[in-house]
Amino acid sequence: MSTFLGMPAGRVPGPAADTAVGQLTGNRSFPAAARDALGDTRLRRNLAHATATIRAKRASVVGEVPDWEALRDAGSAIKADTMARLPELLEELERNVTARGGTVHWARDAAEANGIVLDLVRATGADEVVKVKSMATQEIGLNEALEEAGITAHETDLAELIVQLGHDKPSHILVPAIHRGRAEIREIFAREMPDVDLATLTDEPSVLAAAARTHLRELFLRARVAVSGANFGIAETGTLTVVESEGNGRMCLTLPETLITVMGIEKVVPAWRDLEVFLQLLPRSSTGERMNPYTSMWTGVTPGDGPQDFHLVLLDNGRTRALADDLGRTALHCIRCSACLNVCPVYERTGGHAYGSVYPGPIGAVLTPFLTGVTGGHDPNDSLPYASSLCGACYDVCPVKINIPDLLVQLRAEHTEAHAAAHRLPSAEAAAMAAAAWVMSDPARFARAGRAAGTARHGIRRGRPLLPLPPPLNGWTASRDAPSPPAETFRDWWARTRGGRS
Amino acid sequence: MRIALFVTCLGDVLFPEVGKATVAVLERLGHEVVFPQSQTCCGQMHTNTGYQHDAVGLVRHHVDVFERAIAAGCEAVVAPSGSCVGSVRHQHAALARREGDEALALRADAVAGRTFELSELLVDVLGVTDVGAAYPHRVTYHPTCHSLRLLGVGERPLQLLRAVRGIDLVELPAADTCCGFGGTFSVKNADTSTAMLADKMSSVLATRAEVVTAGDASCLMHIGGGLSRLRTGVRPVHLAEILASTS
Ligand code: SF4
Repeated sequence: MSTFLGMPAGRVPGPAADTAVGQLTGNRSFPAAARDALGDTRLRRNLAHATATIRAKRASVVGEVPDWEALRDAGSAIKADTMARLPELLEELERNVTARGGTVHWARDAAEANGIVLDLVRATGADEVVKVKSMATQEIGLNEALEEAGITAHETDLAELIVQLGHDKPSHILVPAIHRGRAEIREIFAREMPDVDLATLTDEPSVLAAAARTHLRELFLRARVAVSGANFGIAETGTLTVVESEGNGRMCLTLPETLITVMGIEKVVPAWRDLEVFLQLLPRSSTGERMNPYTSMWTGVTPGDGPQDFHLVLLDNGRTRALADDLGRTALHCIRCSACLNVCPVYERTGGHAYGSVYPGPIGAVLTPFLTGVTGGHDPNDSLPYASSLCGACYDVCPVKINIPDLLVQLRAEHTEAHAAAHRLPSAEAAAMAAAAWVMSDPARFARAGRAAGTARHGIRRGRPLLPLPPPLNGWTASRDAPSPPAETFRDWWARTRGGRS
Repeated sequence: MRIALFVTCLGDVLFPEVGKATVAVLERLGHEVVFPQSQTCCGQMHTNTGYQHDAVGLVRHHVDVFERAIAAGCEAVVAPSGSCVGSVRHQHAALARREGDEALALRADAVAGRTFELSELLVDVLGVTDVGAAYPHRVTYHPTCHSLRLLGVGERPLQLLRAVRGIDLVELPAADTCCGFGGTFSVKNADTSTAMLADKMSSVLATRAEVVTAGDASCLMHIGGGLSRLRTGVRPVHLAEILASTS
């Protein structure tokens, strides 16, 4: 499906990015990373509390909207239409941003995007930038790239600030410090904020927020350059939109002289009126608010008001790759509300770091491998599609109806098929699955296998096999008793009692 | 009504009592149950573990078998499993299409249209909620994810349970949270699965029920396997077995 290229042809020298790079891959497989997280009592408590609170809030405000399902359908339809004509919409966006005095840049991958931002910051002579919370800049590792070049990036979103001051990584799309409790945040502030008054700093949320406010005010007033992401880019008008709760984003978007926005190419929407749908879906799904507190919109440059130098960096970084896949493109519909994380029983127990990527949870488990590609080998991202029990809670809450369980199943198939293509010998699992399919495709073979299973009951005592099971089956008996196969299968009972009547 | 039983591979080999109970309930209500003996498996384990190509062979076989049963006068196919019905209804045709077999996809959809999970069959198709059962025990019901979200069985199993004589039905806290089974998830991500299971078991134990029931033998095998390992004394009993019980 190479006809659906996300990046319009000729915008960047050379071909569009094939796979993504940046902060999208951890160094361990999901099961290994999850094992550590599961043993972290404080993490488990913080996450269980925070996700339960936000789940309840979301459920109650979503329940108030009589046409919620129709809104979800509308959101899904707008996104499907957008993906079907992405190149055309991106060029329309570029035309309109340019016409209103902004400059548009195209970046194939993380390295190109970082290079563009770095050059723009250098051109201003600034050695620091203030940042609006943004997943795209997390994805490309912009802070680290700026740091290397001697430019300090200050995160201004409260939770993002906690992560940055804690020399930590975000673990949630919306609440990056969800894994931290109040007491830990106080410790971080006490250690990292130079002017904080230790005598009055308690772990009361309002006291912590006030300390952050004092710390940030100073930065807002002195910063000359701001870097943001964007929730939506409206093609028909060239308007960019940032949706946030604190107002710190608004400070960054209005006070500095230069504003650089890094936006994933899938964030374009065709028309202004499409926001009517998304600004209803997003706040209720994400923070459980009826209306979003701070919605900032700007179109190019307004002389004498706000930043006088505006740059939009359009980022591909694997999105073209995802778009080329029929199902993968639906992962690009995501509006990053994080509702799927909050309801996910896996995420609630492991937290976000176990996923390795900046995109954790159900959407991360599909979006990340679609962006970086499935290798069929032992790349940590190949383990992500298996990090789900397929319970379907994510699909139920997704405001744009992304069928995440279907995508997970599809990616599992891509993984096993890529493995088969790359290896002469099938994996032990593939061989076992093929053997099982061979047995199950024939009733006589299946009946014999069923009877043979019955004899296995002699090898089980009080739920434990007498001989240790090989991996992965020992994963079962580590915490659960094994069922004891019956002396007679159902089909044998039927044949015996019903005389073979079928 | 003549009804074909799809007993499921797990029900056939590991939990025959569930199939026998399904037969007992339907026959008690005056229906004729047939068991197409060439049936094997819906292929869900293969599909969900990433072996879609292997699964298509099983889909073809399943469709052949139950198409014949329908042609022979069965008006419905019933399975005592939300998960397997979910696979038939939501995966079979898509699997066929992925292999480019549109004819099979159409046949699969036709079979799926006649296939029901037990509580769906009883409440929607046969129009009964009181099946004449008696079960004098304290019971809590776990709505399995695929029954709840893939099929949307909603209140149906509870309607059936509430009509059972002598039952002391207690509500399960956080009932709609997954028990952590997820097929091969339970072994590939055994630690995370166990963490989910631990929370499900605490909920079950908090109800002080003697019996935990559900519409899926697979999830019950998981929850029951954990409860048994901890020697809690709480028994997993399939919904069909409770509905079949008369004492
Ligand atoms: S996948 Fe859906 S629920 Fe999850 S973050 Fe994206 S929009 Fe929200």
